[in-house]
Amino acid sequence: MLDLLLVHPVSANDWISFDIPSLIQNFWSATFDGLTFGAIYGLIAVGYTLVYGVLNLINFAHSEVFIVGAYAVVLVLSALGFGPSVPTLPLSSIILDLVLALIIAMLASAATAFVLERVAYRPLRKRNAPRLVFLITAIGASFAIQYTIFLVRGANAEPAVTMFQAQPVFDVFGTIINSQQIIIVIAAVILMILTDQFIRRTRVGRGIRAVAQDPDTATLMGVNKERIIIITFIVGGILAGAAALFYVMLVPSGVQYNGGFVLGVKAFAAAVLGGIGNVRGALLGGLLLGIIGNYGQILLGDSQWTDVVAFVILVLVLLVKPTGILGTSLGRSRA
Amino acid sequence: MLKKKVLTSLAIAAAAGLLMSGCANQGSTSTSTSASKINIPAITTIQTPANAVLPAGDGKATCPAGLTLGYIGAETGANAQLGINIYDGVQLALDQHNKANPGCQVGFKKFDTEGDPTKATGPVTQAVNEADIVGVVGLPFSGESKATGNILEQKGLVHITPSATNPGLTTNGWTTFFRGLGNDAVQGPAAAKFVTGQLQAKKVYLVQDDSDYGIGLAATTSKALGSALIGTDKVTTGQKDFSAVISKIINAKPDAVYYSGYYAEGAPFDQQLVTKGYTGTFVAPDGVKDDQFIKLAGNASANAYFTCPCIPGELIPTFESAYKTSFNLEPGTYSIEGYDAATILLSGIDAGQTTRADLLAWVKSYNKDGLSKHYKWDTTGELQAPTVYGYKVENGKIVPIGTIG
Repeated sequence: MLDLLLVHPVSANDWISFDIPSLIQNFWSATFDGLTFGAIYGLIAVGYTLVYGVLNLINFAHSEVFIVGAYAVVLVLSALGFGPSVPTLPLSSIILDLVLALIIAMLASAATAFVLERVAYRPLRKRNAPRLVFLITAIGASFAIQYTIFLVRGANAEPAVTMFQAQPVFDVFGTIINSQQIIIVIAAVILMILTDQFIRRTRVGRGIRAVAQDPDTATLMGVNKERIIIITFIVGGILAGAAALFYVMLVPSGVQYNGGFVLGVKAFAAAVLGGIGNVRGALLGGLLLGIIGNYGQILLGDSQWTDVVAFVILVLVLLVKPTGILGTSLGRSRA
Repeated sequence: MLKKKVLTSLAIAAAAGLLMSGCANQGSTSTSTSASKINIPAITTIQTPANAVLPAGDGKATCPAGLTLGYIGAETGANAQLGINIYDGVQLALDQHNKANPGCQVGFKKFDTEGDPTKATGPVTQAVNEADIVGVVGLPFSGESKATGNILEQKGLVHITPSATNPGLTTNGWTTFFRGLGNDAVQGPAAAKFVTGQLQAKKVYLVQDDSDYGIGLAATTSKALGSALIGTDKVTTGQKDFSAVISKIINAKPDAVYYSGYYAEGAPFDQQLVTKGYTGTFVAPDGVKDDQFIKLAGNASANAYFTCPCIPGELIPTFESAYKTSFNLEPGTYSIEGYDAATILLSGIDAGQTTRADLLAWVKSYNKDGLSKHYKWDTTGELQAPTVYGYKVENGKIVPIGTIG
């Protein structure tokens, strides 16, 4: 029997095979590309993580908070004259326009998150609805926003908006890193540091942590719980708006009424992987998910493996460490 | 604590610096990355049948009130535009028919599948249970056609697909399924011949999606490509991040990439390819051939060629002008196929075939010219003598470059 196994090694024609030379050849580009998309997952993941930390609610409609921001980016940039071709504007005005689009996207996403909280979740909280009701409401809200966008903007994705020509900047081991990738990763890390510091150091941040730890005691200590909840949703919305700008930068044609769904699932997985309720975990989870998915698909030969690999790793990590890699909850983080 | 602050400010400074350097030399590079050294001229006329059957008929048709044709297929969903092209074609045929024949007013009902095989069963069941529907144009995509052919078969409802090209669809023993164009057993080899012949590609990389259509077409194409095929990859429906696939392609340095799938993924794929520095040609089949591809891929689309068993309806003057008047748009991919399919059903109704069984028999024995081509099916529902056209992107528009097989 053993002999039989030995003379029949796994051949390249089997449905699963490992292409190690390809992984070695593509290692660095897979890493940098994974980090770029991972940074976007991470930014969106903060919205899931913060709301979960404060309310123990998985806000499934957060993917729509993101896609509203993406629509804002496309609409603002098209109004400013951006289109499918690379813009011929001077650099300074491109930067100004992008900053304007970023701010408007943040506002749009934050406003969506705010309205969502007021319309969908707050009335339920007032009536002490059971946890499951929130979950179903979240899914319902997600569909409601998706199809409202569909009715207004139609089924087709928005025409591509090119922000600037990606320029090669570094050459790392023969792999070109372009300006888009650098801007996205660094800006995402900065935003995450700011968010982390906001939660750890400011008075409002302390309020968020207090509510996450024990909402009743926090209320007794004079924390305005409702206000904290609103702020939490808005912070998540702002980061989702930023993620939207970076996403459109990478995928100019990705803005479609249901275009947030897949990213939302990935970002949620990133939040769980890093440790749900943990802001640093969200970024770490996002980056890891991006990289692992890329390694996995190259190792196994085709892109259809991306999610299989990413989610198998997620399950394995949770088996060993059920609270995620960084584990700590929002309430327990100290200044 | 201090260390953390230093790190933060360092990161910010570095970011600001990179932002500047990243964009600094922008503007200076030329934007045209398309490396299509081969120039295949666009064609401006095509040969179409002169005595085509038209929806208007002789204007004297009478039929009982309450007869309806159905369109079942995508109205929403990621690839909705292909469906919209079709039902606009059907709508045009119906409008012309009803206007010319006051004695025979045929209704039109649309059922939305989102182009998704998992969602198509519901709308199809609904359609077959509506007794007034005697004939159907649809379903547009191969996956949903495969999933629902049995339901239509059981209710004896004749349906002509204007666009589903998976060869396996006619091997199910269905008697109600008719294909209004060539299938991928014809398109695949034609595409391979086009890429290695006219486009002179020595090395071809093939990427397929996970749809029945994409898988089937990739199989026939890669077989015909033979040794010119240097690598393959598979992507998923809804995928937007193609970076890992692209990294492999850039390393393999192909002359052409053939993408076997739909435009919703094909467009961002081509755009990311070009952004990452790919300079070869991008060739894709009918599922990608739509103006949406150009809108979504932007400038990158300049490197694209298409293969399609569809007829360029925009080169049939009478059809083009009528379509434009009705919808204020140029006819899209499959508009003419949708129009012809509806015309066949309408001419049956005009000839007194007003039950499902009669209309099915009518289509089965049909042997006449349509506006785009001659329609006569074999016993499995395949058209005899289908044609494959080549198309390219020129100045932001898709233009036909003649038959390729």
